[in-house]
Amino acid sequence: MELGQMQGRLAEFTKSLYMEGILDAQFLQLQQLQDESNPDFVVEVVSLFFEDSEKLLNDIARALDQQSVDFKRVDAHVHQLKGSSASVGAQRVKNACVAFRNCCEEQNVEGCLRCLQQVKQEHYLVKNKLETLFRLEQQIVAAGGSVPMAEMTF
Amino acid sequence: MATSSSSSSSSSSSSSSSSSSASMGDEKPHVLAVDDSLVDRKLIEKLLTKSSCKVTTAENGKKALELLGLGDGQRTFNNNVCKVNLIITDYCMPGMTGYELLKKIKESPSMKHIPVVVVSSENVPTRIKKCLDEGAQEFMLKPLQLSDVTKLRCQLTKFSNPHKGMLCMGR
Repeated sequence: MELGQMQGRLAEFTKSLYMEGILDAQFLQLQQLQDESNPDFVVEVVSLFFEDSEKLLNDIARALDQQSVDFKRVDAHVHQLKGSSASVGAQRVKNACVAFRNCCEEQNVEGCLRCLQQVKQEHYLVKNKLETLFRLEQQIVAAGGSVPMAEMTF
Repeated sequence: MATSSSSSSSSSSSSSSSSSSASMGDEKPHVLAVDDSLVDRKLIEKLLTKSSCKVTTAENGKKALELLGLGDGQRTFNNNVCKVNLIITDYCMPGMTGYELLKKIKESPSMKHIPVVVVSSENVPTRIKKCLDEGAQEFMLKPLQLSDVTKLRCQLTKFSNPHKGMLCMGR
């Protein structure tokens, strides 16, 4: 595939992520913060996010698995996850966390387990999508091209 | 003048660092950013270095106070403590909250003059009022935008150089 085609594919793919609400404007901000002095900034932040979030998801699962569930603790973890997903622009993960916090308030274990599933799904989805995005970017760079500066023109 | 600050940063990861041009120590404002989230620390550090600030990050209130020379058991000599021009702290942190940190700073004769900005992902009017009443310069919503940080940077220049022209365009 030639460079122009690859760049076109990346643009389309990126656009779809915004259209589907998987990413929001915060991700764009991250891209705009990246520069020559720190060309891997976005990848670094996103990696930190996934490290952090995977741990949080495990903590939440463990907390829900207890005989007597500490909903405050679950809520605290979900709050953290909500915050970091908002910081990287993972909109659907963030929204799933908002719903999850409502379940925590109701102190309903079944509801919380369902919410956890939802969050995990969205988390998995955004992880895959971003891996694809970074791969496409790498291919372009490897082919000698540059990744066009992010903008929201749609 | 305070000596170089690179050895006093105490966040647990290697993400805390001063910005690159070490020779301009006196010209760039030095900001202490406190947040328990690693992702947010990385983000705020980038936002601040992009706005030409020196940054030190801390992962909790206790470490922040130590950096300021206000930790338990520390004497109040300021010689070894690097000069900080602005403190940005997250509100929700385990252990000491941003509000409690704010209080401690405002209670300190040596540090109370430092502007403190509290940030939070939640827009809770009572929380905002509480912080402003306690002396926070501003309360901002997370995630912070580059324009938020640029605005803060501008305000810092204004405070320290009241006779210089106002070059900031604001938001």
